[in-house]
Parts: sequence; structure tokens; C-alpha cells
Amino acid sequence: VVLRPGEDLNLPNAVITRIIKGALPDGVNISKEARSAISRAASVFVLYATSCANNFAMKGKRKTLNASDVLSAMEEMEFQRFVTPLKEALEAYRREQKGKKEASEQKKKDKDKKTDSEEPDKSRDEDNDEDEERLEEEEQNEEEEVDN
Amino acid sequence: MADLVVGKDKCGEQRLVSLPLSRIRVIMKSSPEVSSINQEALVLTAKATELFVQYLATYSYRHGSGKEKKALTYSDLSHTAEESETFQFLADILPKKILASKYLKMLKEKREDDEEEENDNNGDSDDDEAES
Repeated sequence: VVLRPGEDLNLPNAVITRIIKGALPDGVNISKEARSAISRAASVFVLYATSCANNFAMKGKRKTLNASDVLSAMEEMEFQRFVTPLKEALEAYRREQKGKKEASEQKKKDKDKKTDSEEPDKSRDEDNDEDEERLEEEEQNEEEEVDN
Repeated sequence: MADLVVGKDKCGEQRLVSLPLSRIRVIMKSSPEVSSINQEALVLTAKATELFVQYLATYSYRHGSGKEKKALTYSDLSHTAEESETFQFLADILPKKILASKYLKMLKEKREDDEEEENDNNGDSDDDEAES
């Protein structure tokens, strides 16, 4: 495993604790050891799920992991119970993305109207790689901040 | 079911996932042979991890001895890893714990067993010599 300086394979304690507390009945105490163990387990889960999903991607002769690979992985790992809530999450996410896209396109249209531009609307393809690139750019920016 | 999908953070804003995507991505990328991950796969993995944390916690609590004490302890979790097939993949990272004194006792007993075996073997060779 190759880590760049400052990279952490652990998940933030505060978030993990919040998720655990939300799942258990009120007033149940969670020992520090238990919290730490669950956090480690979660990291291992991510690795296991990724490896499994990657197998499905490779079977499909694809180099990019996609949503269906992750869903297939859950079934393979015997976490079928996750499939329905995950599909719902995926639909919600897609609606959200569509909303954002429409909002930004609307802004562009409004801007064009104001400047009386004669440029035709450029239609963008739904390109998931584009989103990934944006994410990478964000990460690069984070690194630059740390150096400064 | 909607509760599982959308949570609310302290600002009252509705959030799809609580775990930070950048961190999830780092862990995913550390897996060998993974070239790239599309955004939807990243979001779903983060969401699945949340569901996993909830499931592991509630399962361990229900099946563990902590239920009477209204607590979730490490042993509840290692018990789950050992007993449940679904969580078997965690067995190595959640080993059962024993007291140091018990472990030392085990080591001592093993040493004594090994010594006994050696003595038996020496005894045999002595017999051979005696015969010739």
C-alpha cells in the first residue's frame, strides 16, 4: 500500500461514532475499544468491497468501477440487505446531480440572455469521468494548501 | 427507508452520505489493480460503509453480552466476527482477547508438553543403546 504524505486509511472518529450512536438504542454506552474496532472494520469493508467490485469491472472489461459493480459486490459479499437502500441512494444522487446540472444550465441561459450572445447552446454529455476529474482537482488544491 | 438514504447534519441540511468521500476514495485507491472509480461508485461505497457500520453495531449489540449492561464492548464485536459467517472477514482484525496471565500460563503448559516429548524421545534412544 503506497501512501502519500498525510494520507490516512482511517475514517474520522466523530462520524463513525455518530453513525453507531444513531443505530443503537438511546443510552447504550460504546467503549473506546469498540469504536476503534468498528472504525477499523469499516476500512477493511471498503477494501473488501472495492476488490470485489473491481472483479466485476474486470469481468466487464472496464477499467472504471461503476455503481453496478458496487451493487454486485454487495450481493457477492452477502450484504443483500444493503442493495435496496443503495439503489434508493443512487436514485436520490442522480436526481440531485440532474438538479445541479439544470440549475447551472439555467444560469448560463440567463447569462446569455443578458449579454445577448448568439452562441448556440453546447449540450454536455453525461460524463461521469468529468465529475471524477473535478474531484481530483479538488484534492490537488487541498494538497497545495497543506504545503503552504 | 428514506431515513437510511438521507440524513441530516447539524445545519439541518439533508445529506446523502456522512462519511467523507475523499477519505473513502483514498482507501479504495489503495487497493491494487483499481485504475479509476466513477463518482457514483464512490458515493455508493461510502453509503454502503455507513450501512455496514450500523449493521455491525446493532448485530453485535443484539448478540453480545453487553445487552444486559446497556453497553457495546470490544468482545461483543470479536464475538460477532468469530460466530457470524457474514462478518467472518473481520476475524483477523478483531481477534478474541485473553488475559496476559492466561496467555503466559498457556505458553508455560506448551513448553512443558514440548519438554515431555523430548524426554520420551531420549528415552527411546537410551533403550537402543542398552540393547546393543
